[in-house]
Amino acid sequence: MMKGNRQTNSKGQLKHFLSIDGLKRDLLVEILDNAESFTSLARQGRSVKKVPLLRGKTITNLFFENSTRTRTTFELAAKRLSADVLNLNISTSATSKGESLLDTLHNLEAMHCDMFVVRHASSGAAHFIATHCAPHISVINAGDGSHSHPTQAMLDMLTIRQHKADFTPLRVAIVGDILHSRVARSQILALNTLGVS
Amino acid sequence: MKPTEFMQQQAIVDLIDGMATELKIRLQQGRISDPVMIGIHTGGVWVAKQLHQTLGISEELGTLNISFYRDDFSRIGLNPQVEPSNIPFEVENRHIILVDDVLQTGRTIRAAMNEIFDFGRPASILLATLIEKDGRELPIVADVVGMKPTLKEGDYISLTGPDPLTLVIGKPSKDSEGQKLT
Repeated sequence: MMKGNRQTNSKGQLKHFLSIDGLKRDLLVEILDNAESFTSLARQGRSVKKVPLLRGKTITNLFFENSTRTRTTFELAAKRLSADVLNLNISTSATSKGESLLDTLHNLEAMHCDMFVVRHASSGAAHFIATHCAPHISVINAGDGSHSHPTQAMLDMLTIRQHKADFTPLRVAIVGDILHSRVARSQILALNTLGVS
Repeated sequence: MKPTEFMQQQAIVDLIDGMATELKIRLQQGRISDPVMIGIHTGGVWVAKQLHQTLGISEELGTLNISFYRDDFSRIGLNPQVEPSNIPFEVENRHIILVDDVLQTGRTIRAAMNEIFDFGRPASILLATLIEKDGRELPIVADVVGMKPTLKEGDYISLTGPDPLTLVIGKPSKDSEGQKLT
C-alpha cells in the first residue's frame, strides 16, 4: 500500500490525499488553516458565492459506492472554488457493462480531468487509482472500504479545533461501531498527529 | 542586501494626510457624498485605517484578502495567515475608495476588483495607494498617490507596521517575491 510520503511531492506539498497516515503535523495544520479561511466566504454577504481558485480545472467524482452527502458536498466544494465537476456513478455506468476500472480511468484522463475524488467499497482503491493514473492528476480518497476517510476526519478535526483551541490536552472518545469504521481509523491517526496522546 | 529604512512613521502619516486632502477633492469633483472604503490586507488596511478616520467615513472600514483571487495561486498557494475579507456594507451601487500600500504591477488591484464585484456591482471605484512604483503589467492607474519615489531598478519597497509604520527598501528576498503581487 502506498505510504503517506508518496502522497506528497518533492516540496512536501500534497499531491494526492489518500490517508492521514504518514502526513506531518504541519501539513494537517495547514489544511485546517486553509479550511478555516474558506469558512469566512459563507459569512460575507457575497452575491457570488464562489471564488476563482480552481477556474478551468475539471474534477471528476468517481463514486463506486453509493453516497449522497459525501458526493454532493464534494461537488459543492468544487463548484464553490469554480471547478467544473463531472459526477460518475460507476455502478450504473460502463464498468457494469464490462469496461475495466483502468479503461474508465484512461478514458477520463483523455478528457483532461485534473482530479479524481474516489469513493469505493474496497480498501486501497484510491491508492490503486493514484498509482495508475496520469502524473498530472491528483486523487482524493472519499472513503475506501474499512481503510480510510481522510477528508471526513479532517472536517471533524476542524470542528474540534473550532471548539477547543488546543489538541494536546484533549482525551477523545469515539463512540459507535468503530471496528469497521474508516472514519474512526482516520480520526485516530489525525488526532494522534495533532497531539492527542 | 539588507533592507534600508526609507521613511518613518511621522512622514508616512503626513503622506496619508496629503492623500486624504486629495481624496476629498476627488470626491467633491465626482459629487460623491457617501463613499465607503476598502483596504487590501495587509499594508493597505493600515493606510486605509488612517484615511478612513481622517475622511470621517461613517460606515465601518472594509478589508480584502485577495488570496482566493490571485493569478499566481497555482505557483505560490494560499496564505491562510492573512485575515479573511470583511465587507460590512452592501457593495451594490456604492462609491468605493480602494486603498493599497504599493502599486506596481497592478495585479493586486485586478484581483481586488474581481473580488469586489463578487460582492455586488459598485457605482464606482477610486484607487488610492501610498506608493506608486514603475512596472505596471496591467492597464491600472491610481487616482490618488501618496508618493512616487525614485528607486533603482529592481529595488523593492514595502510597508511594515502597523506600529510604527515604516517604508523599507531592499532587494526582494525569495520569500517576499513569492508573496508579493503589488
